[in-house]
Amino acid sequence: MSTDIEIQKLDDFRWIIPKKGKMKTEGLVYADERMLAVIRKDASLEQVANVACLPGIVGRSLAMPDIHWGYGFPIGGVAAFDMEDGIVSPGGVGYDINCGVRLLRSELDARDIRDQIPTLVNALFRNIPSGVGSRRKDLKLSAHEMEKVLIKGAGWAVSHGYGSQEDIEHIEARGCIPGGNPEYISQRAYTRGKDQLGTLGSGNHFVEVGYVEEVYDEAAATALSLRKGQVTVIVHTGSRGLGHQVCDDYIKVLLKASTKYKIDLPDKQLCCAPIASKESQQYLSAMACAANFAFCNRQLITHWVRETFQDVFQAGPRELGLHLVYDVCHNIAKVEEHEIDGKTRKLCVHRKGATRAFPPHSPFIPEDYKEAGQPVLIPGDMGRYSYVLVGTDTAFKETFGSTCHGAGRVMSRHQAQKAARGRSIVRELEDQGIYVRGAAKGTINEEISEAYKDVSDVVNVVHQAGIGKKVARLKPMGVIKG
Amino acid sequence: MSGFIWPEAKSGLIIRDRAKGVAVPKKYEFIEHTADLGFMAYGASIEELFAHAAEAFFEAIVGLESVEERIERAIEVEAYAVDNLMVSWLGELLYLYDTERLVFKRFQIKWIEDNHLQASVYGEVLDPARHEIKTGIKAVTYHQLYVKERKGGWEARVIFDI
Repeated sequence: MSTDIEIQKLDDFRWIIPKKGKMKTEGLVYADERMLAVIRKDASLEQVANVACLPGIVGRSLAMPDIHWGYGFPIGGVAAFDMEDGIVSPGGVGYDINCGVRLLRSELDARDIRDQIPTLVNALFRNIPSGVGSRRKDLKLSAHEMEKVLIKGAGWAVSHGYGSQEDIEHIEARGCIPGGNPEYISQRAYTRGKDQLGTLGSGNHFVEVGYVEEVYDEAAATALSLRKGQVTVIVHTGSRGLGHQVCDDYIKVLLKASTKYKIDLPDKQLCCAPIASKESQQYLSAMACAANFAFCNRQLITHWVRETFQDVFQAGPRELGLHLVYDVCHNIAKVEEHEIDGKTRKLCVHRKGATRAFPPHSPFIPEDYKEAGQPVLIPGDMGRYSYVLVGTDTAFKETFGSTCHGAGRVMSRHQAQKAARGRSIVRELEDQGIYVRGAAKGTINEEISEAYKDVSDVVNVVHQAGIGKKVARLKPMGVIKG
Repeated sequence: MSGFIWPEAKSGLIIRDRAKGVAVPKKYEFIEHTADLGFMAYGASIEELFAHAAEAFFEAIVGLESVEERIERAIEVEAYAVDNLMVSWLGELLYLYDTERLVFKRFQIKWIEDNHLQASVYGEVLDPARHEIKTGIKAVTYHQLYVKERKGGWEARVIFDI
């Protein structure tokens, strides 16, 4: 347990884990006092300290306020490594490579479509396969086409009529992590993924129709074309079985490599290798493929969301105006340039359960958001709300341009099932004006609101600490769950 | 989610089979904490341990009771250590489930030697009308994983990413 980890208060929202033992740098945790007490109940701070022991770490080992314990690296952890003497670790990205979120806006008003929400949600549920092992029967790709997906990401979808160039401009990394080589994808990963492209999957993945309930920053909201009462759609999914298998395959490779390169591991799941090594380069290439699969997946699902809206509302694309606001990764390792002690350095930034949050005027964000900063999408649980933030200069300086990613569970799935026993969760949500369809009853019960932390607590900390700026809050009206 | 230390079972865990009125060794038990799910499995031999681990795996996914034996599959896996063999074995079953929607209920381990396993497994294709999917498992992790021999038998601890 982390209760014995030493912590020093820097200010109301920043806590330092001092350098001790094998740690090469200190840890920095973003939280308020109340949250920290909860965080200390699990071993996530120990994991922050473990990450600080890895070779070539640059700056601090960082923890976002939604940090919780994960396999190897904590979830909500950010760490950057030097390209020459640093490492890459599949555990620093996680099993669901490029699990991420995208937000669509529309020209519709919530009050005009409320009555049609059940029809809309049922149609989305029919058109977007969800649940464990869900697959699409109408999208069979040859091995050759699938390779193109793995290389091109969202670009593949757009070049096949699923979306537009405007979509591409509004995706992190333009929907494609360069360097993906399908040769480094095992047959097994390929087979697990091939029928799952265009599907939502299970767990906490969802498509949510909601509306802008509150605007905190008018100027930024206007830049993102968001206004109060406007209907929005969130898509949350990742790289499905393909990504899980890539992680699994490369944990095996890097377990061996850690021994080969004599890296002292505090935990097996932290297995890693020098960035320049053959093993790391192959992992990064396979990870890029999986990330591109996920970008393509969200792009395809977006297409079917648009089609469904057109069918249900009998309206054309222009009238509906379902434009992509932005698409962000939550689990990824990327090569980026950051300023360290006045010098620009190339680093490999691992974000596991964390979101890139680049500031205004960054060359890596869409032209139309130059003044506002990069949109950051923070989904909450299905009964409460989600947030739209923008990146800040403080985040760029302190956290390699990173911020939080979500709420995080407080109840186990079993506890949630128990809490839901004898209740109709679907009915309860309907009473709150939220219509939910799930692939299985169990998955809805597991995702009840009280099983999650209140995402507003997390968002308020990053806002007050300055590593993200609140723009708007979204309220769900209809959800399809995997 | 937590850094909760998963329990190690007391060796030779015995439960009473009420129907038969006799004491029988427990095959497995689930352990759960916040965002995790895992199990402890037991067996008189290493072969039995691996069979019970697979039973726990499909019990978590779909519930064994609803599964019928209609299909037989031969499985062979290899690893460089016995705990890694457990991850590979369950990983193979997860792969068959994910790609061919196969769910299994009986696991006949033919032999395990030098971290090499051969088995025949029996089950059927998932039928959403009869099978209720309980948990989606993304992967079998190495976290706090162990497979070891204790006096009176073998035991293992396995945690999934769900």
